[in-house]
Amino acid sequence: MSAFETAGAIDCDVHPPSPRGADLLPYLDDYWKEIVTTREVDVLELMAYPERTRPYMRPDWKGDGDPLEQMQRNLLDPLGLEHAILNVVSGAHALFDPYLSTAICRATNDWLADKWLDRDSRLRASMLVPFQNVEAAVEEIERRAGDKRFVQILTLAMTELPLGRRIYWPIYEAAAKHGLPIGIHAGSNYRNAPSHSGFHSFLIEDHVAQPQGFSTQVASLIAEGVFTKYPELKVVLIESGVTWLPALMWRMSKDWRGARIEVPWVKEAPADIIRKHVRMTSQPFDGPDNAEDVAKALDHLLSDEMVLFSSDYPHWHFEGLDVLPEGLSADRMNKILRDNVRATYARLGD
Amino acid sequence: METPVLERPQESAQTLGVVDCDIHPAFSRPDQLLDYLPERWKAHMRDYAVRTANPLLGTLPYPRLTPGNGMRRDSWPPNGGPPASDLAFLQEQLLDEHNIDFGILQPLAAGSMAFNQELGAALCAALNDWQIDKWAGPEPRLRASICIPQEDVKASLAEIDRCVADGRFVQIAFPPRTLEPCGRSRYWPIYEAAEHYGLPIGLHTSAFGYRPNTPSGWTSFYLEEHFAASNSLQTVLSSMILEGVFEQFPKLKVVLVEGGFSWLPSLVWRLDREWKRMRSEVPHVKRPPSEYVRENFWYTTQPIEEPEVNRHLLDILRWIGPDRLMFSTDYPHWDFDDPRFAFKVPLTPTERSAIFRDTAIELFGLK
Amino acid sequence: MSNTPNSTREKRPAARHVVARVDEIAPGTSKLVHVGSRQIAVFNVAGEFLAIANRCPHEGGELCKGKLVALIESDEPGVIRVSRHGELVRCPWHGWEFDLRTGKSWCDPARTRVKSYDVAVEQGASLIEGPYQAEVYKISVDEEYIVLEL
Repeated sequence: MSAFETAGAIDCDVHPPSPRGADLLPYLDDYWKEIVTTREVDVLELMAYPERTRPYMRPDWKGDGDPLEQMQRNLLDPLGLEHAILNVVSGAHALFDPYLSTAICRATNDWLADKWLDRDSRLRASMLVPFQNVEAAVEEIERRAGDKRFVQILTLAMTELPLGRRIYWPIYEAAAKHGLPIGIHAGSNYRNAPSHSGFHSFLIEDHVAQPQGFSTQVASLIAEGVFTKYPELKVVLIESGVTWLPALMWRMSKDWRGARIEVPWVKEAPADIIRKHVRMTSQPFDGPDNAEDVAKALDHLLSDEMVLFSSDYPHWHFEGLDVLPEGLSADRMNKILRDNVRATYARLGD
Repeated sequence: METPVLERPQESAQTLGVVDCDIHPAFSRPDQLLDYLPERWKAHMRDYAVRTANPLLGTLPYPRLTPGNGMRRDSWPPNGGPPASDLAFLQEQLLDEHNIDFGILQPLAAGSMAFNQELGAALCAALNDWQIDKWAGPEPRLRASICIPQEDVKASLAEIDRCVADGRFVQIAFPPRTLEPCGRSRYWPIYEAAEHYGLPIGLHTSAFGYRPNTPSGWTSFYLEEHFAASNSLQTVLSSMILEGVFEQFPKLKVVLVEGGFSWLPSLVWRLDREWKRMRSEVPHVKRPPSEYVRENFWYTTQPIEEPEVNRHLLDILRWIGPDRLMFSTDYPHWDFDDPRFAFKVPLTPTERSAIFRDTAIELFGLK
Repeated sequence: MSNTPNSTREKRPAARHVVARVDEIAPGTSKLVHVGSRQIAVFNVAGEFLAIANRCPHEGGELCKGKLVALIESDEPGVIRVSRHGELVRCPWHGWEFDLRTGKSWCDPARTRVKSYDVAVEQGASLIEGPYQAEVYKISVDEEYIVLEL
């Protein structure tokens, strides 16, 4: 793809290197400074999302020096991006202590604002909130909502409880109120094994299993009636692979016709609910090799409003600047690169 | 956006009979299986019952939407007993009515998931004897599955050896929600035996298992649980391929039962994409995963996928290959598929005969 | 006493068929009747007769074997309203709910519809006899027949 085609596009999934303990210290109070230092709360990389491993860094993007400068050089400038949304896939989701996780989330958000958003006006970010501590999560949302550069709330595809559960509803209420989509990002906090048969032997197996997490989170949000309760709420599935979703739409709509009386607050076919409320970032794209079948796979969604452009920088999904699969029509590309993103993230404004 | 209209069901002329790859026979009374147990286990069952990961004895934790734990309302035999417990009524309502030449039994009883592994082995043996005695013996159209207690590999091998000489057993069966991902080498002796005897392994989605039904814990509702069962089949496929099972046992045949199939093309694209970048993590996987999928896996059709635009099903069929799908009814469950009406897309005669008959006949060696 | 439920009429001139006696179908139960080549399920809903094509448009399950149910609705998770007791039938196979008055599938009213037929309860011998052959009993003008209009 050329810079001309991507000029003004919005990249919905970009990863700064995760902050370490030392990076967060300036944003912690005396107590938490002490805890983080003495108890060595330092590297918060998820086992399920191991950024130090080979697939998570494209070789020609590796380098020393200022990570923001590298991001500008590798991605923001060559693609001519209007905005990029920073997602820190943080180990904060995996901590057990409800207060420590809150402190880490807050400090990470402060670090993002200070070290990233303040330094490049194109940048936007997802905020971290502690799902382990719903009250504190709501407080953080309220605290942060005034900064419009935070455009989303981030959580994981594999969590402690299915995301539709009532216990999380105060988070969704606050999110809907402030126009913040819930970003569900690939990964797990390993509170539950990623599969019915436990933990996988290999990282590649873990990766392959991610759609199982995404599909069951979407199903939970629908079945529990989260979209009935919060009709303004949107959900963005980040790094899910895209082409798995129609199978869920078909299957859940089919089952709903017979099981409707169990969940009568689900008033429309799940496929229709998904089209209204669920979006997906474009990378990685699990697609066939040929353009005709890619188009067919996207046709199955029965909507051109669902896919949002992303690079998943700096992870290794494409060569050069070939950020989108081959063979998309100009109209589809335009929607993916810009229109769908703006329609999803109202806080991008302008 | 097109508003699809549900098409009128098209009656299809079946001159040759159908093969039904998923029938669930039932006990005519709750203690019927005890008749096939040695005294030691009869007494155990009376005194201690069978213990599994199902948290409730009796009511299902996700109660079904129809009586009998999810049966067709019209499947209660007129002579009494639960659905699919009466051979005569099953012959009439299923085999004769739907022109079924061969039906493959999947008993779905608790033997394979019993916590008490010795008991589990005994129950599996009893189940296998019951299948022949009450079903595949008296009814020549029926075929049986060798149920094995897969966590106890030694007992599984013994049971396979015990049953394999009886040609009415056409596959080995165990549930996909195994204690470890089933590609692990611990289970390989079972695959060795299956390959050696030329018996496919049929893994049927199961209602309960050792671990939560999603990677985020347990669902609240049956609506969520029902489709999530097919995730366990995805795990079977990925695990077996990525652990190198088919490098070791290239002729092993695996049938994924009652998990649907519309998820398959995307999963295969994902496997191939990940393998291209990460094959150095799994050097024993010498070929692109899609090649093993094309050679070693088959899928039963029920519950038939129902895209919003019917003809999208044709895309799925062509991506999977119509020679990998085998028709099944899941009789007597509520989400039964009628062979006349299940497919709402036009199939070519070759596709139709492959799906409804030929592929299964060849795979299971049905005569 | 005649019932005229709301349902669309056939375009060709209606023919009236006697399909059953009133006392053959107890409240809450159904009877499968045949009119020409059509299979029709006639339900007694608290004394009112409603008739629907027997074959579910989904996969052909027999609605006459389905369960009569109420309408269950909700606008808020966990808060349920129940109304119209017995006026819907659930297909005995996949559980699709059909409104006996309109034939509409509750889940996809715009997409899926079973034909519902006008049913009236009529008196006596002036009716055209349909395939349902009245028993060879003496018929008095007081007896009530269920008559189907097609």
